[in-house]
Amino acid sequence: MLLEVAELAVDLPTPQGWHRVVDRTSFSLAEGESLGVVGESGSGKTMTALALMALTPESARVSGSIRFEERELVGLGEEGMRQLRGDRIAMVFQEPMTALNPLHRVGAQVAEPLKLHRGLARSDARRRAVELLEHVRLAEPERAARSYPFALSGGERQRAMIAMAIGCSPRLIIADEPTTALDVTVQARILALIDGLRAESRMAILLVSHDLAVIAGHCDRVMVMYAGVIMESGPVDVVLRQPRNPYTLALLEARPRPDAPRGARLATIPGAPPLTYDHRPGCPFAGRCALTIDRCWSTPPPEVGFGPNHLSRCHRAEEVGDR
Amino acid sequence: MSEPPLVEASSLVKTYRLPGVGPFGRKSARPALAGVSFVIRRGRSFGIVGESGSGKSTLARIVLALDRPDSGAVRLEGRSLFDLPRRELRAARAHMQMVFQDPYGSLDPRQRVEKIVAEPLAALVGTGRAERRARVKDALEAVGLKASDALKHPHEFSGGQRQRIAIARAVITRPKLVVADEPVSALDVSVQAQALNLMSDLEREAGVTFLLISHDLAVVAHICETTAVMYRGRIVEIGRTEDLFARPAHPYTRELVDATPRLDRPTRVAPLAPAEGGAPPSDGCPYAERCPFARARCREQAPTLDVMAEGDRRVACWFPLT
Repeated sequence: MLLEVAELAVDLPTPQGWHRVVDRTSFSLAEGESLGVVGESGSGKTMTALALMALTPESARVSGSIRFEERELVGLGEEGMRQLRGDRIAMVFQEPMTALNPLHRVGAQVAEPLKLHRGLARSDARRRAVELLEHVRLAEPERAARSYPFALSGGERQRAMIAMAIGCSPRLIIADEPTTALDVTVQARILALIDGLRAESRMAILLVSHDLAVIAGHCDRVMVMYAGVIMESGPVDVVLRQPRNPYTLALLEARPRPDAPRGARLATIPGAPPLTYDHRPGCPFAGRCALTIDRCWSTPPPEVGFGPNHLSRCHRAEEVGDR
Repeated sequence: MSEPPLVEASSLVKTYRLPGVGPFGRKSARPALAGVSFVIRRGRSFGIVGESGSGKSTLARIVLALDRPDSGAVRLEGRSLFDLPRRELRAARAHMQMVFQDPYGSLDPRQRVEKIVAEPLAALVGTGRAERRARVKDALEAVGLKASDALKHPHEFSGGQRQRIAIARAVITRPKLVVADEPVSALDVSVQAQALNLMSDLEREAGVTFLLISHDLAVVAHICETTAVMYRGRIVEIGRTEDLFARPAHPYTRELVDATPRLDRPTRVAPLAPAEGGAPPSDGCPYAERCPFARARCREQAPTLDVMAEGDRRVACWFPLT
């Protein structure tokens, strides 16, 4: 297994004490596989992704185990992580402007990991950078390499960041909302590019998104997170067709459907996600969930299995109906 | 005589001058709107879709008279907004309100909800304190908040509740038109559903007509009877929303429909455009450089927005798809 995460927890300090944003999550990712992580704000999906790269805030407390290519990453230290980042694991962020240095030319930035991890000479790295920009199908790669980030469009910048990410042939790419800031037509092309790169190099992808439909089209498996907890996980087509967790079902039913009659009532989820983690013993979705019973408040929900690799964390998982 | 439409925009043109790139770069002029006309009828919400740079937000500002077009006119119930004396424009503005995308940035954090929501009432003459308070209460209740919420500050609310405060502010003058620019795209799915239900209710019960700008076709389809698709400052297709998305006639509409992620089928990706952003439009169709169906005529002559056989659909394409 390329990546095995077990009981990963992330706590952040707040004036009221430690605030658990990722709560003992376990999952794994095989070579060439694509796993989607979906959730609303505060679900812990981004913090899970950052923990894999050891990019959580310095004050955060990370516990549990992250095994990547047989190495334990929790407690590896900054020096060890620096050797992995941009080489074996790379990250693509939502807003390339925050990840690209505005003062350096795009080509030099794409060349940087090649010099750092592969020891390429400056001129070789530059040449390889232009090839990479061409590989991510940027029109006029030579011109793009000479440009500063601000001179590129949003879609072009995202392509440049992907070129930088794939330079050293990483085995895992973590993409956090990589297309959320882009127009739908550009989004579709960037996601198709990522699909193509995965198919040709067998790298694994962890795709974090708030949009179930994006994950539906581009991932093999999905995990649905809520308040730091993985509520449901399984093969994408199974989870979307036959969710076994009330939260997944609620997310699916709240979406406006393009073919529904105009003005049709959308199902809503009463209340709002918990803003701060409270140390209730039960299910984090208790109270907002239509199926809430006394047990949901008092006892953590068990993980119930349905078919191969399909898990739901719910006391009443068996009752969540077919769609 | 039939009553005039709620909004009638005719031949709107607006060009922004851009500073050149670099210290010696030449200034360039970018047409944000290159002749846009449409009609919004009361009670029939109108959607505008298109990508960034299509001119949709410029159009919203001009319809609200927050910006003036270089040429063309906007009529609100038959009266030309840009010919009104200042005082009458101020009164007309009370009938048109705006909801922005960002429920965090658009509410002043230092003010109480009461003051924020009551702000548009200033444009109406003679609303006393008692009436103001009653209207704030009504507006908050209309959006599903409590009257007691009037005394709180924005930070005490979640994102979805803040967007409801913004909507309460937009409807407090009982406006005829609310222009909503990406009103739900910053919201989580579960909260977005509440805001969309609220917009449907306001249309049905409070007689509000929305001009809804969104990149999300499903959101537009949920609220709007008619939708216009914009590309580079022009309307390229307009018609009944459901027909438009079920059977796009313009290749760009089809590209948008195909690119929209859906749960029930994979997205279809158009072949890669030569360059995103790309070259400035020439004499021909502005979409020709990206269009997989473009022929010689498309590069020579720009098509006009013509009525199609099926009636209220119009499309600016020499070779429509349906």
